[in-house]
Amino acid sequence: MTAYLVTILILASISAIVALGLNIQWGVAGLVNFGVVGFYSVGAYATAIVALGGGGAWGGLLAGVLASAVLSALIALLTVRLTDDYLAIVALGLAEVVRLVLLNEAWLTGGPLGISGIPRPFAGLVTEANYPVLLLGMILLALAATLLFAEALVRSPFGRALRAVRDDDTVAAALGKDALSLRIKAFAAGGAIIGLAGALHAFYITYIDPSQFTSIVTAYAFMAVIAGGRGSNIGLIIGAGSIMALLEATRFLKDFIPFLDGTKLAALRLAMIGAGIVLLLIFRPQGAMAEPRLSARASRPEAELKPDRLSERKVLPHAS
Amino acid sequence: MSALLDVAGIEKKFGGVAALSGCTLSIARGKISGLIGPNGAGKTTLLSVISGALSPDKGTVSFDGRDLGGLPPHRRAAIGLVRTFQIARELENLTVFENVVLAGSSPEEETTFRALFKRRGLKQSQALVFERAETILKRAGLWHVADNLASALSGGQKKLLELARALMLRPKLVLLDEPAAGVAPPLVKSLIGFIRELAAEGITFGIVEHDMHLIASLCDEVHVLAEGRLLVSGSFDEVSRDKRVVDAYLGRAA
Repeated sequence: MTAYLVTILILASISAIVALGLNIQWGVAGLVNFGVVGFYSVGAYATAIVALGGGGAWGGLLAGVLASAVLSALIALLTVRLTDDYLAIVALGLAEVVRLVLLNEAWLTGGPLGISGIPRPFAGLVTEANYPVLLLGMILLALAATLLFAEALVRSPFGRALRAVRDDDTVAAALGKDALSLRIKAFAAGGAIIGLAGALHAFYITYIDPSQFTSIVTAYAFMAVIAGGRGSNIGLIIGAGSIMALLEATRFLKDFIPFLDGTKLAALRLAMIGAGIVLLLIFRPQGAMAEPRLSARASRPEAELKPDRLSERKVLPHAS
Repeated sequence: MSALLDVAGIEKKFGGVAALSGCTLSIARGKISGLIGPNGAGKTTLLSVISGALSPDKGTVSFDGRDLGGLPPHRRAAIGLVRTFQIARELENLTVFENVVLAGSSPEEETTFRALFKRRGLKQSQALVFERAETILKRAGLWHVADNLASALSGGQKKLLELARALMLRPKLVLLDEPAAGVAPPLVKSLIGFIRELAAEGITFGIVEHDMHLIASLCDEVHVLAEGRLLVSGSFDEVSRDKRVVDAYLGRAA
């Protein structure tokens, strides 16, 4: 049971890190990245290749983060003038290109067989059986560090400028904001985080092949951000946790619905998640939490602002 | 008296339609200039060309003695040439306060580096921006709604917010695109008072407007545009008596 819980927590934490990366790109900056899994797999493969090529686990981790960040910046540079839908299409296409490269460039990626025996950080410290607990500790630390990083970005003037570009880039430009450069930075920062998650995936499984990187990774990241509330880092941690809990809890459905076999049940679980997202969008489109806002009352405490509650209302989801 | 903004021989075509065909005019430093003309005369297109949102097919725009050719909109805003929009475009998911603070924050404060390091210095420089934001929101009469989402404002308040945002950039020239459109009459009055006050403090205004009362009571000089070029310039009384202007608005008598 402990092993099971550790596994669930590791998977939930990794998917929360992916969602944190997507939140900077899509939640805050409005960049629809439908190719999350492409960047995630690049992070994992770069980690594996460099770690096995003599870089060691830590060198691999660094390579995974950098590879995904650089690829993100390049893609952003090429597509940054495209509006929402077109960026989404390019990102989707990129993920497919990455998948085909992983599948066919066997000299580098091992092709369909993948790469096995990926070295792990601090592997000598504990026994093989106890390693997942140590890894969970490291992943939780990584999650906390990523959360701090993402919060610092979102709450800074940089994050505010990204939100402005998301809402209306023409207005942002009229207010002196360089929308193109802001978008590239946001995409690269998000990409770095997604690459980190990919590296952790490689450390956890120690064996990677293309079949582990399907578009469901992208879908879970979007679900977590939608459920948590676009722009809210804290909210999406709750979102990612709830989705994982729901996925795992429905695993026990087979005890109650004996007439469905495993395949049907797996499909049913996904359908339930989908229905959950639809219901959420109907009844609480803004997600669990609102994005953090700069309060005038807190910023200018001596100015005695009496808030005007009459005209307060919510406008989510963002039009984009 | 030197001109702050010079527009010379601007041509802009959208497909086969010439929105601007050789438009030349200048806006005098320290004055309030009106820009009027019948629908389709090219007023908003001209504003977009001046602000850099559209690049002209031909012609030059120079501001404060500097040719602006090829300068992107955000760089023009940074040197003090700021525009507002015909239909108020608030940043809907930002609060009123955030809208204004955003405009007042410099690119140096908005780097990823400053988001992560040297945060104390950032806090100090932001505190100054917050203070100016409070002053300007109070002047615009929007302080009591500072923490509301900008999308929750009334039409008139949104126009005031656009003006407040523009002021945060310490502009030399503010181009207002139909500031009175969709604004309740009492608010138009306070808008006129506010603009006059700001002009007295040295900000130059260029105002596109159909509300002739606003133009007559505010503008030192009025430029009339028709069919993509300047028809006539002068005081409101002069241009309103001009036969060509009457023709442009009402159509020529047969």
